[in-house]
Amino acid sequence: MCLAVPGKIVRWTDRDPLFAQAEVEFEGLRRPCHMACVTDALEGDYVLIHAGVAIARLDAAEAQRLLDDLSRLGTAAAEEFAVDPPAREPGARP
Amino acid sequence: MKYVDEYRDPHLARRMIADIRRRATRRWTIMEVCGGQTHGLLRHGIEEELADVVETIHGPGCPVCVTHADAIDFACELARTPGCALASFGDMLRVPASRGSLLDARAAGGAVRAAYSPLDAVRLAQRDPNLQVVFFAVGFETTAPATALAVRQAAALGLDNFSMLVAHVRVQPAMEAVLASPGNRVQAFLAAGHVCAVMGCESYASLAERYRAPIVVTGFEPLDLLAGMAACVRQLEAGEAHVENRYARSVRPAGNPAARRLLEETFEACDRPWRGMGVVAAGGLRLRDEYRRFDAEFRFRRPASAVALPAVDANDCLAGEVLAGRLKPTACPHFGSACTPETPRGAPMVSSEGACAAYFRYRRPAAAVAGEEVAR
Repeated sequence: MCLAVPGKIVRWTDRDPLFAQAEVEFEGLRRPCHMACVTDALEGDYVLIHAGVAIARLDAAEAQRLLDDLSRLGTAAAEEFAVDPPAREPGARP
Repeated sequence: MKYVDEYRDPHLARRMIADIRRRATRRWTIMEVCGGQTHGLLRHGIEEELADVVETIHGPGCPVCVTHADAIDFACELARTPGCALASFGDMLRVPASRGSLLDARAAGGAVRAAYSPLDAVRLAQRDPNLQVVFFAVGFETTAPATALAVRQAAALGLDNFSMLVAHVRVQPAMEAVLASPGNRVQAFLAAGHVCAVMGCESYASLAERYRAPIVVTGFEPLDLLAGMAACVRQLEAGEAHVENRYARSVRPAGNPAARRLLEETFEACDRPWRGMGVVAAGGLRLRDEYRRFDAEFRFRRPASAVALPAVDANDCLAGEVLAGRLKPTACPHFGSACTPETPRGAPMVSSEGACAAYFRYRRPAAAVAGEEVAR
């Protein structure tokens, strides 16, 4: 129930502040979604859809940043960081 | 699917698991707040992979699970009231209450409709002015903007046949209740990412500081869950305890100001009994005075409960222990025998986000599964 799905705004259909609606594409379908909480979003932007309502806009730069950070794990830089493993407590798992 | 598939990369997941195992010098106890996160941890085997460095305690973040039986009873009553139609999210329909579930009420002739969105219930009320449409407003702050929008649209349209049975719950007071409870073992939280997409995460700072517990805003895909876990372990190892946002593509520190404004204008905090946990102070949302006419409890003259509500279900379901993180579903005597998704004794087995349902689906003991195969 708390799951929200990322969808791409295909086109705005109503710009009224309270009744704002847009056609949003997600999970292979296009559905009208209620947009009163993201009235500044642009066509082509991604939003989080929950119970038919866009609750937040996705930040593409942040999305990429996490993937970039994660892909550096296990590279030379990360190996160097892990060279000195933290001191183990006596009796801790090996 | 964009913004989903990239966060399911198994190679990155393996590296992240190795990284977490490398960082940990001891076993830590972490609570993931949201039921959707519980399912993710179990379904993708993350809980198992990290079991020797992280004990996960499953949080009460399943709104269907914590909606009090009392609210469901009233919903059933409304469904059976002539001239009324009760619209509800689908996953509430099978939750058992004192006199059965909403599905049982429907079988007995009640008007119960599953709705994907509260706005659909508003459209229903618009199309049929002779029908009193009541929407069962369940959920955390993730869902409250949708129900707030429904009330505001209904008000703007001048509808007199739309109302809501409000049973919304607030996440932060429940997190505090967990930390404050005697014998609490939770050392850090994976905070509910979509609640934070709406509410932001700045308000957690005082909680992290007062209880010395790292609070990491976390998403739902495998890499998101692992990023949250890694951040918790890193802080715990370093003796740090602050709020960290590891779901920044969806969460800004102040959340979504437009959604928060909508909530603030439409709802206010109130004490709320959580099923299995007792009354959580400021743990609920109710409609503000100016929208009281859209409150089904007011419209249909339901007397307020003056009696203290029992903390546990009468039928000996141990949901309360599970929701407070004191009991693993598989340790419950009814698990897999008297209590299954087909014959649930309580909400956590019924709900798609419930911990018991997650364990049943992803972690059943091999013997039980084999027994079922034989029985077929």
